[in-house]
Amino acid sequence: MSKTLNRRDFIKTSSATTVGVATIASGITLTSFAVNANENPVTKDKRWGMLVDTNKLTEVEIDGMVSACQQENGWGSEVHSTGDQKPTWVKKLKVQDKATGKITSLPLMCQHCEEPPCVDVCPTNASMKREDGIVLVDKHLCIGCRYCMMACPYDARSFVHEELTDQREHMPRGKGTVESCTLCVHKVDNGESPACVASVNSDAVIFGDLYDPKSNINQTLKKVQSAQIRADLDLNTGVRYSGI
Amino acid sequence: MNIRYEETQGRSLGFYALIAGLGVFILAALGAVLYMEHYGHYVTGMSNRIVWGMPHVFALFLIVAASGALNVASIASVFQKKLYKPLSRLSGLVALALLAGGLMVLVLDLGRPDRLIVAMTEYNFKSIFAWNIILYNGFFVIVAVYLWMMFERRMNKFTSKAGLAAFSWRLILTTGTGSIFGFLVARQAYDAVIMAPMFIIMSFAFGLAFFILILMASYKWTERPLGDAVVNRLGSLLGVFVAAVMYFVAVKHLGNLYLAENAGVENFILFDGGIYTQLFWYGQIILGGLIPMALIYHPALRGNRSTLGLASILILIGGVIQLYIIIVGGQAYPMEMFPGKEILEGYGGIAAYTPSLPEIMLGIGGIAVSLIAVTLLVKFLPFLPESLADEVADPHHKS
Repeated sequence: MSKTLNRRDFIKTSSATTVGVATIASGITLTSFAVNANENPVTKDKRWGMLVDTNKLTEVEIDGMVSACQQENGWGSEVHSTGDQKPTWVKKLKVQDKATGKITSLPLMCQHCEEPPCVDVCPTNASMKREDGIVLVDKHLCIGCRYCMMACPYDARSFVHEELTDQREHMPRGKGTVESCTLCVHKVDNGESPACVASVNSDAVIFGDLYDPKSNINQTLKKVQSAQIRADLDLNTGVRYSGI
Repeated sequence: MNIRYEETQGRSLGFYALIAGLGVFILAALGAVLYMEHYGHYVTGMSNRIVWGMPHVFALFLIVAASGALNVASIASVFQKKLYKPLSRLSGLVALALLAGGLMVLVLDLGRPDRLIVAMTEYNFKSIFAWNIILYNGFFVIVAVYLWMMFERRMNKFTSKAGLAAFSWRLILTTGTGSIFGFLVARQAYDAVIMAPMFIIMSFAFGLAFFILILMASYKWTERPLGDAVVNRLGSLLGVFVAAVMYFVAVKHLGNLYLAENAGVENFILFDGGIYTQLFWYGQIILGGLIPMALIYHPALRGNRSTLGLASILILIGGVIQLYIIIVGGQAYPMEMFPGKEILEGYGGIAAYTPSLPEIMLGIGGIAVSLIAVTLLVKFLPFLPESLADEVADPHHKS
């Protein structure tokens, strides 16, 4: 006996199937996300930071940090952008004390503020701070208004002025959006250090969890005198310097 | 006497020539946008140091002027001045048109204008920019409702309430626009609460200058009578607004000079900033302030429409220059990153900026969009009284 499928049956069957598939699929997705998240949870219990000792760090090492960042994240080979149009995620700065004449060189990048002005001003929430203190730009939400660049006290952000080719798989970038140092978040989430830190073969640059009393950075910061750039703005930066 | 409003005919050769002329500028602006978006912003004069260039100058100029253009209507319905009442409809229209032009420029200069929908759906309520998006959209709605109250006889009785709402909204709106800069703590040129009230008073002057020019041109070109009572009153008011802008500019700069932290940027703008210093003194102060005031207040020129028109044009040019100094000049001067230290390498120095042709075309295109909107809408809807002769418009007229 053959039964023709009427409309009611069809709706019943197909709804049941859809619900079933959706349940199973979401279950699978949730599980797979949960596994990743459990491996490396991003929580407020951590605060990633960096300590740069300008007395130990040489100019050559700073140049090395810049190249390592370029190599890792794929910026710096733009062909059309000129002068200040070129992206700069990290740069070498030379400052001289007006009174003593002492010259200090230091690498300057996103300072990963606890109270980042770029995040406050971003109209679309593209500029954001992760729970663990890393400040990032969501390239899908960035509309390229550049207000964050106006707000950043550290000149740390760049606007992509041209079409890009040969991008790194782990670091998608895009014409017309803003970018900056990510603290090599893709490496940090795998338990590694940022590329610039890894390029320095001494303890002149230390990376780690500022909150962890057992971490090298935490212990060193307790011992040595350090400073935040534009500490007067009270942004509580994640990047600290000693010797400036 | 009853005021009769009437559409303009819009059939003359002059009308079509005006539309065609403005159309050329708009097409040029769209061409410039395609060019800039296709290649990327490297074809502009902008950089990572001067992130907001000529398009922002024009965009903010038009947005500021927009809220000011509504003042004429506010004076009529909020402060009950009868003389201004027949001008209210045009005032609302000019306000909407200027805002539309300004927003067009602002949006088309984004790195990703195609993501406008993101700006409309993702809000960060801590961002002044996000607040401005709400304020601008709200302005369109409120002024549209306000115009409807004015146009629809049955709704006339609500005009003053709608007028009050629109007036309050425009004050908040310009406060928001000024605060875009006022809240930038890192930059010495901006971090000052006086930016917000200064932007409001700038809006009074720029908006009224636009309004006077549009009013005089439309009455001249449509051969409708426009009496001295209206024109002279608007002219005197314009003079007061220009004086008020200069007062705020003086207070802002003197106040900044007092703070050692800001002495550098003040010296830069006022004394040794090269092009910016020249633009400040010759452009903003003399061309956009002192000369217009002389043209408006000199006894021999009172009631002279040509000089009032010239004064209005100079105020607008001075306004663009003022925003150029604020926006570009403020970025060109480096941030004080290491107080007590000098940066030898890597950052600092005055950032270079030469506006490119596409940027300028986009900015001018914004003005053209505003003007074409006014030109077309006065043809299709009765915005303009058929006569503003003294015996019609002046409540104190004695025949």
